[in-house]
Amino acid sequence: MFPPVSAVDIEVQDITKSFGSTAVFKDVSFRLARGEAVALVGANGTGKSTLLRCVMGLLPVTGGQVILLGKNATAAKSKALRDLRARIGLVSQKHNLVPRLSVLSNVCHGLLGRSPSIRHWGHPVAPKTSREAAMHALEKVGLADFATRRADRLSGGQSQRVAIARAIVGKPEILIADEPCASLDPSAGEDIMDLFFELARGEGVTVVFTSHNIEHALRYGDRVLGLAGGSMRLDATAASLSASDLRGLYD
Amino acid sequence: MTSVSLPTRFERPNAVAFLGYALGLTLVFWCLGGAGFSIEKMVSAPPRFADFVDRAFPPNTDPKTLARLGWKMVETLQIAVAGAVIGVILSVPIALIAARGLVAGLWVNQITRNILGFVRAVPDIAWALVFVVAVGLGPFAGMLAIAVDTIGFCGRFFADDMEATDKGPAESLTATGARKLDVVACATIPAAMPAFVSTSLYALEKAVRSSTILGLVGAGGIGIELKVGFDLFDYPTAMSVILMIAVVVIAIEQLSGWTRTKIIGEQR
Ligand SMILES: Nc1ncnc2c1ncn2[C@@H]1O[C@H](COP(=O)(O)OP(=O)(O)O)[C@@H](O)[C@H]1O
Ligand SMILES: [Mg+2]
Repeated sequence: MFPPVSAVDIEVQDITKSFGSTAVFKDVSFRLARGEAVALVGANGTGKSTLLRCVMGLLPVTGGQVILLGKNATAAKSKALRDLRARIGLVSQKHNLVPRLSVLSNVCHGLLGRSPSIRHWGHPVAPKTSREAAMHALEKVGLADFATRRADRLSGGQSQRVAIARAIVGKPEILIADEPCASLDPSAGEDIMDLFFELARGEGVTVVFTSHNIEHALRYGDRVLGLAGGSMRLDATAASLSASDLRGLYD
Repeated sequence: MTSVSLPTRFERPNAVAFLGYALGLTLVFWCLGGAGFSIEKMVSAPPRFADFVDRAFPPNTDPKTLARLGWKMVETLQIAVAGAVIGVILSVPIALIAARGLVAGLWVNQITRNILGFVRAVPDIAWALVFVVAVGLGPFAGMLAIAVDTIGFCGRFFADDMEATDKGPAESLTATGARKLDVVACATIPAAMPAFVSTSLYALEKAVRSSTILGLVGAGGIGIELKVGFDLFDYPTAMSVILMIAVVVIAIEQLSGWTRTKIIGEQR
């Protein structure tokens, strides 16, 4: 059952995004209730990543608006938008860790939104509570022993775990993941998905993730949204769908 | 024999190309004329040059002179290192403003880049003349000239280096709600660091080369010895200066190349 409508964490209202004169998607709407996990599926290049960037305000929308945690993110000034982003964790397809810095410093960066300070530029200067929070996050992803290792000396799976630690260290209310296992081999990818959802369910956070893996979408999502041809073609509970229903989106 | 026809060895140039060649050749001759090119002087040069070499060799190896030159060389390197370090440090904030899509708007980027272009266009020796007027004769004027020259060079290339970094980490940090300046400090600058080191070492090499001639205009360093040597027809001493400069410049280039590979590996 869905939670009551009052607890809506993400509300996307008729957003349109164009690059120059080419529209990626048009009049897309959906809402996410608190604690829900939603899979966003669609073929490569349909605009899943672009949609997530618009939701986080990393790209300006061409039309429509996004309401995050009850606040209008599209109309928000930069400070208000940063405060909203600080309550959301993002994991991208590429781990996007800062090379040459230690794993622990990379995790400390996850606190830059919650408390913007020069002290979160790296773990050597970070406050004790922040270093503890970062170590705790690393422990959750099973990499506490790698804290002082350079981030560019990790395997793909380990890097993605550190990226997850960076996303959860600030105790986000929403987690957004853009094909978190697309750059990993299948078994490492499964591990990452299991870990990600174990953490997300454990904390009761709202989750949006994109995938072009139909099994993942059905297994991890409560609900599946399907993007195709620039509009939302599908919005149904995972239980009511079968793999063949989703394959139609890729034609 | 066969039906294949051999292509002609040379294509006949068409009229436009022919006109282009003719224009180019005319331009070169015009320049040679302007440069006072003279066969006569070319012919008379070798004996005169031989005469110079004859009078300059052996170079002056008098210990007292060498000690004086050595100290002047130390001063030269002090000017170069101090100027380059100050220039590199000041270049970082300037490059932040010059780099597109980082902290400043496009107009600010372009204006900053144009100013840096102007700074680079003015030769180092001209900056030295300006600073001799501003702060008086001596090494301080030279150091300021080197610092400004370094800003012109590093400001531009640091900005290019930052623009060329992978945007992924910066986007991920922006997504955590970090401020622009924090994102630049935590993602962009660490990613550009190897390029910064490499560019800074080139700037140091350039500074050492420049600093050896700043003395010609009274801005400190060993250049003054070169000028005095030639003015007094003391060619052996002048030759010692030239050899000393060559040795130091080559040594600095080697050292900088070695440091570059040590610090950042083979990658650029
Ligand atoms: N910054 C950009 N400028 C222009 N076009 C872009 C930009 N980012 C994405 N696109 C285009 O938008 C479309 C959707 O891309 P994307 O959101 O990455 O798709 P997906 O994540 O579903 O694979 C693609 O056609 C892509 O070329
Ligand atoms: Mg994508």
